[in-house]
Amino acid sequence: MISDKKELIGFLILLFFGIFAPIIAPSYRVQFSELWIFMVFASTWNVQGGKMGYNTFGNIIFFGLGMYVCASTQIAFAFNLSDWTAAGGYKTFVHSIPDYFISLPIGLLFAGIVSTAVALVLGSFMLILRGHYFAIGTLGLGIAAGEFATTVDIWGGGMGMTVPVWPKIDGQDLELFFGVGMDFFFYLTFILFLFTFFTLKWLYSTRFGLILTAIRDNEDKAEAMGIPTMRYKVTGWLFSAFFMGLAGGLFGNINGYIEPTEVAFNGATFGVYMVLMTILGGKGTLWGPIIGAILFQLFKEFFWTYFLGWQLVALGFLIVIIVVFFPEGIMGWLRERRPEWFGEIIDKKARLAQVKININD
Amino acid sequence: MILIQAPFLNLQAILDGLMIGAIFALVAYGMALAWGVMNIINIAQGEFVILGGYITFMVYKLGFSPFFGAPLSFAFLFILGFLLYKLIVHRVVDRDMFISILATFGISIMIRQIMNLIFGSQVETALTGLGTIFLFDHNITIALVKFSSFVIAVAGALGVIYFMKTSKLGRAIRATAQNPRAARILGVDTEKVYAYTYAINAAICGLAGSLVVMTYTIHPYMGLPYTVRSFMIVIVAGLGNIPGVLASGLGLGALEELSAYAFGTEYRIGLVFLFLVIILVYRSKKLAKRREYLK
Repeated sequence: MISDKKELIGFLILLFFGIFAPIIAPSYRVQFSELWIFMVFASTWNVQGGKMGYNTFGNIIFFGLGMYVCASTQIAFAFNLSDWTAAGGYKTFVHSIPDYFISLPIGLLFAGIVSTAVALVLGSFMLILRGHYFAIGTLGLGIAAGEFATTVDIWGGGMGMTVPVWPKIDGQDLELFFGVGMDFFFYLTFILFLFTFFTLKWLYSTRFGLILTAIRDNEDKAEAMGIPTMRYKVTGWLFSAFFMGLAGGLFGNINGYIEPTEVAFNGATFGVYMVLMTILGGKGTLWGPIIGAILFQLFKEFFWTYFLGWQLVALGFLIVIIVVFFPEGIMGWLRERRPEWFGEIIDKKARLAQVKININD
Repeated sequence: MILIQAPFLNLQAILDGLMIGAIFALVAYGMALAWGVMNIINIAQGEFVILGGYITFMVYKLGFSPFFGAPLSFAFLFILGFLLYKLIVHRVVDRDMFISILATFGISIMIRQIMNLIFGSQVETALTGLGTIFLFDHNITIALVKFSSFVIAVAGALGVIYFMKTSKLGRAIRATAQNPRAARILGVDTEKVYAYTYAINAAICGLAGSLVVMTYTIHPYMGLPYTVRSFMIVIVAGLGNIPGVLASGLGLGALEELSAYAFGTEYRIGLVFLFLVIILVYRSKKLAKRREYLK
């Protein structure tokens, strides 16, 4: 599955942190879980923004939706949802251990399915739009989703709702063989990341991946050659939506609290992060979003810790800097410096680059 | 339905909508200017509006009438727009449009957060002390401040249009919008034209913002709806169609007020964005029938 040597090294590094991070840096488990989720963010945004050339601000919808659907399924499995939100976190409902572990996978499954279904509906008309009309249309859709979520009373409206807490035995946090709740979700997010990574790697290596690239390069020509582009665009969005839904479900559980405009459908933070991470790493590559996510998480932790209050100013500044000066990202820069890493053969005599298309990069 | 049962409420909503619609049209005119001339979509539009509002609010806080704040907002935003162009925007003018969307999105996040840090996150408004006119046995009320802001908005828009038609810079701007390369050949300093266009756009937004703070409320995070509204107005009217901008601005204002009355104000912002999506999809469908695409 992983053929290239550099890819293997990169993957082993990720695997190392994915397995041992809770042991070597137990106080950074939340940050690492967030990092895996960010990698899912960036990788799935890359399907639209990088591979397909459809710059979306709307993938955040599936994230927020997944969060709400997963949490409400988990709650409704054991309690009455409206009682739960009416209590507003004051009255303590605690899931029993079997309830918790049965409801979590069901909630995640629902989150994925509902997000995918919504993507099917939205995609069938949104993906008619092109270029910056699509970008601004999805931006509007993302914010509309947040605004409408504030009016849904069963989800607590603008107040938000809490998520089931990790089960306890005799007042002690339940310890599984890999530790307490945070470790559990750390590994779940890592598994989600691996799942996303390999699915997308496989996807890019198929004819489907080639068609996405064809749509980016010239959609009209692709259509003229008999490719039903609309169907492929929507299917691409379904993949993104599914993984974003799962990521949302897990993030809700890690965060412990869901709120429409600040957590779930926050276009100004998460919605921009995914764009930024992908551009920082390099659009349209498999590894770019992952590198971008790592760098971005480092930046974010630094600013959110030491410059609290100014962090969003710094974020805006970072967007401007990256977009203006590094629109090709790190992978693009590497590709210019080391084309042979990307399977490009340089004929030094003629200085003509003969490009062997490497669909794995 | 409340709209059918209360005809006066209808009329009231439409009147209110028309008066706020003039402000939308003013902001949209700025966006159309920057879009048409420089080929960038300025996402920071709404933040310019809110910043203009805060400048006027500061003037009001110092004890002056907010009407004095309007020219000050105009001037301040003009300078800010010029500086932003020189620092950032000139690097994205000739690039892919998504780059300019993201770059101005970054600017908007910066301005929003800086406003939040300086002015705090309360909802603010500046009181003008103007009265209210009652019509039809107190069934219809027209706040004089809304009416005067309507007049100022229309006058401001007409002033800018007059400036565009008659002044030398206005002619240069229009020439650049038509064909930047030909304008350069004929001796127009397009770089300067772009800088002034962006500055004028920001200044128009500043003026609109000072009207917003007088008639409605401002909050650091309320900018994006203005951007979306002006984007919507511009695509409905079509680039370069100035009467169309005014008409669709007024129309959007009325539609928004009516739907806010019909569905409840909590849906207002959500509906604005939904209108945007509906309009975009409708337009694309219409164009797709003729196998053309929005460019």
